[in-house]
Amino acid sequence: MQEHDLAFVRAEMVIAQAPPRGETGLVHWLRKNLFATPLDTVLTILALLFIAWSVPPLIEWAFINAQWTGTDRSACATVAQGGNQPNGWTGACWAFVNAKFEQFMVGRYPIGERWRVYLTGFLFAALLIPLLIPRAPYKALNAILFFGVFPIVAFLLLVGGFFGLSYVPTTRWGGLLVTLVLSFVGIAISLPAGIVLALGRRSNMPVVKMLCVIFIETIRGVPLVTVLFMASVMLPLFLPPGTTFDKFLRALIGVAMFASAYMAEVVRGGLQAIPKGQYEGADSLGLSYWQKMGLIVLPQALKLVIPGIVNTFIGLFKDTSLVYIIGMFDLLGIVRQNFSDANWASAQTPMSGLLFAGFVFWMFCFGMSRYSMFMERRLNTGHRS
Amino acid sequence: MASQETIHVAEPRGSLLNDPKVRGLIFQVVVGAALVLLVWWIVGNTIENLRRANISSGFGFLAGRAGFDIAQTPIDYSSNSSFGRAILVGLVNTIIVAVSGIATATIIGFLVGIGRLSRNWLVARICTVYVEVFRNIPPLLVIFFWYFGVISVLPAPRDSIELGLGTYINSRGFFMPKAVWGEGAWLIAVAFVLAIAMTWFVARKARQRQMATGQQFPVVRTAIGLIVGLPVLAFLVTGLPVTFEVPQLSTFNIRGGWTVKPEFLSLYLALSFYTASFIAEIVRAGILGVSKGQSEASFALGLRQGQALRLVIVPQAMRIVIPPLTSQYLNLTKNSSLAVAIGYPDLVAVGQTTMNQTGQAVEVVAIWMIVYLGLSLTTSVFMNWFNARMALVER
Repeated sequence: MQEHDLAFVRAEMVIAQAPPRGETGLVHWLRKNLFATPLDTVLTILALLFIAWSVPPLIEWAFINAQWTGTDRSACATVAQGGNQPNGWTGACWAFVNAKFEQFMVGRYPIGERWRVYLTGFLFAALLIPLLIPRAPYKALNAILFFGVFPIVAFLLLVGGFFGLSYVPTTRWGGLLVTLVLSFVGIAISLPAGIVLALGRRSNMPVVKMLCVIFIETIRGVPLVTVLFMASVMLPLFLPPGTTFDKFLRALIGVAMFASAYMAEVVRGGLQAIPKGQYEGADSLGLSYWQKMGLIVLPQALKLVIPGIVNTFIGLFKDTSLVYIIGMFDLLGIVRQNFSDANWASAQTPMSGLLFAGFVFWMFCFGMSRYSMFMERRLNTGHRS
Repeated sequence: MASQETIHVAEPRGSLLNDPKVRGLIFQVVVGAALVLLVWWIVGNTIENLRRANISSGFGFLAGRAGFDIAQTPIDYSSNSSFGRAILVGLVNTIIVAVSGIATATIIGFLVGIGRLSRNWLVARICTVYVEVFRNIPPLLVIFFWYFGVISVLPAPRDSIELGLGTYINSRGFFMPKAVWGEGAWLIAVAFVLAIAMTWFVARKARQRQMATGQQFPVVRTAIGLIVGLPVLAFLVTGLPVTFEVPQLSTFNIRGGWTVKPEFLSLYLALSFYTASFIAEIVRAGILGVSKGQSEASFALGLRQGQALRLVIVPQAMRIVIPPLTSQYLNLTKNSSLAVAIGYPDLVAVGQTTMNQTGQAVEVVAIWMIVYLGLSLTTSVFMNWFNARMALVER
């Protein structure tokens, strides 16, 4: 080692210099993200043109020119069409949605009894929200209330005929009520049924395996519409003569069967992804089949396929709209039915009603998919980097 | 197993009921018996119900006179044709809308999927909004949107919107010039098929030569030249046999030309836009699934951006993309059954009419199931073959 006479030793850090001009700030961001190459510039200009072409007319139609209040079609029709608006006017007819809002929510449920639907909806939200918040306490109690007690209470409230509540036939149900009941029951049936079918498909017993494969592949190979027709037309044929069978229940069976088959394939994907060592480890510990599945395999498998399960739920929620085809009026069906209401028929009514229905469906589906992403991150115990 | 036979096993302890094999056998026998009983009960009930309703079972009704009209008949059909013919028309309509929907959905889906990965912030955002909107609403709503929201509020025929090149759009549908094939026009089709065959042959030869010598041959340019050039040549040589019948605007309707009905247009647009959002996500996942090292390595080898995409990244992405893409194609085909909601005469709509007229519910549902299962199986067999060709060949 040599010794030096050090003339200067720096005692404090140099103050960081500002980055070169053009490397930060808005201009840099624009250059990097919008005008990086000539092709990028062309794309940006095209995109801007597209936005300029589509967004202002949409905003004008949906908000500025929109008709928010009114009691009948004259509010949303031009003079030439027999209404009050100037000729050439186009705008959303939110007055239509406003007037029909309650019908869109509960269908033709008797007006005096609608508090029962709203109470059920309130209970549903009050039990579901704490269940979805991971930090909320009393999860077990909450789950028992939601999956065990709530369905019974909801059934009693909605159907009635007990405790002085008048009986409301399901033919008077409609709107978002039908959509949510079908989805909730469909989800509650399809998850356990799908797990059982998936286990059956991977079973060693040839008869059970074959039955599960036939069921799953048949249902997955045909459109939901045919399954619904089968449930609505053929189920009554299958039962002893004279048996009547609620139409709503038939649709419910169709939707649940359909979702179960899809759920089974999702769960099977999870079961296949679990390493063989886990199965063998459980066997060597002397666990029974159900202990092995319930304690070791399924908790890992289901966690792996949360995105797939939620996608199936979203698909089921969207598919409930098909019950319109067998003559039931869910949210979309009742909106569609109201297009032909002579009191409100106008050129703007269909688009307004459909946008409203689309927005409701979108909120539920988008909410579910975002929540599943959140759960996926939370449950990620770091097996995968 | 051999090792077990050599070991002398003492009296088996516990009852036979604890042997998994015996238990499995008993369980299967119980399940099988329960199923047989259920089927027997269902069949008995069905026969009894049909007897009471005076409906004869069997497929004999298919030969009977249908007696209803169908709005769109790609093959010969009139109300005097048989029910079987009507169902065949429905099937052809299903296939038409499915094939055209699949083609369009694939194009939109690939563009949007690649767009979501674009470095261009604006393009990526627009594509994301598209995917998130269409993925989260029911397909039936999209169909209604086009049918009731857009096409039915277009102007009446006398105020048709002209889109140029003799095409018009109004509330009765989309009108475009119809090609009238004159004498000798079949030669153009022959030339087209011939061009495709020659392209295939050239591509094969070029590949063999590149394998043997390393020399490349401009296959793409040759292919475009052949496929465009030969039919045009045939068109000129045979003396311009194709004329176009341009739709004529009159007061109440448009005459002549080729009409695309609003029902078809709505269903086709809705299925394309809806399915494209799913295909976009699949494409995005496929491209993201190719590890970054692959593109870095290809740049290190001196490949240009386009070459790296074409030779390295896309072939690997396709392996990830094809299986889910198949199921989206099948979904689109199955979703085409929503046609019944707006009256496009597809298999389900025609079947429903048949069902209402004859009461043969069991038979019609059986036909639906067989046809859709058949379509599903055919598509998946083809896509499995394609997938096997594309799959990674490990040496």
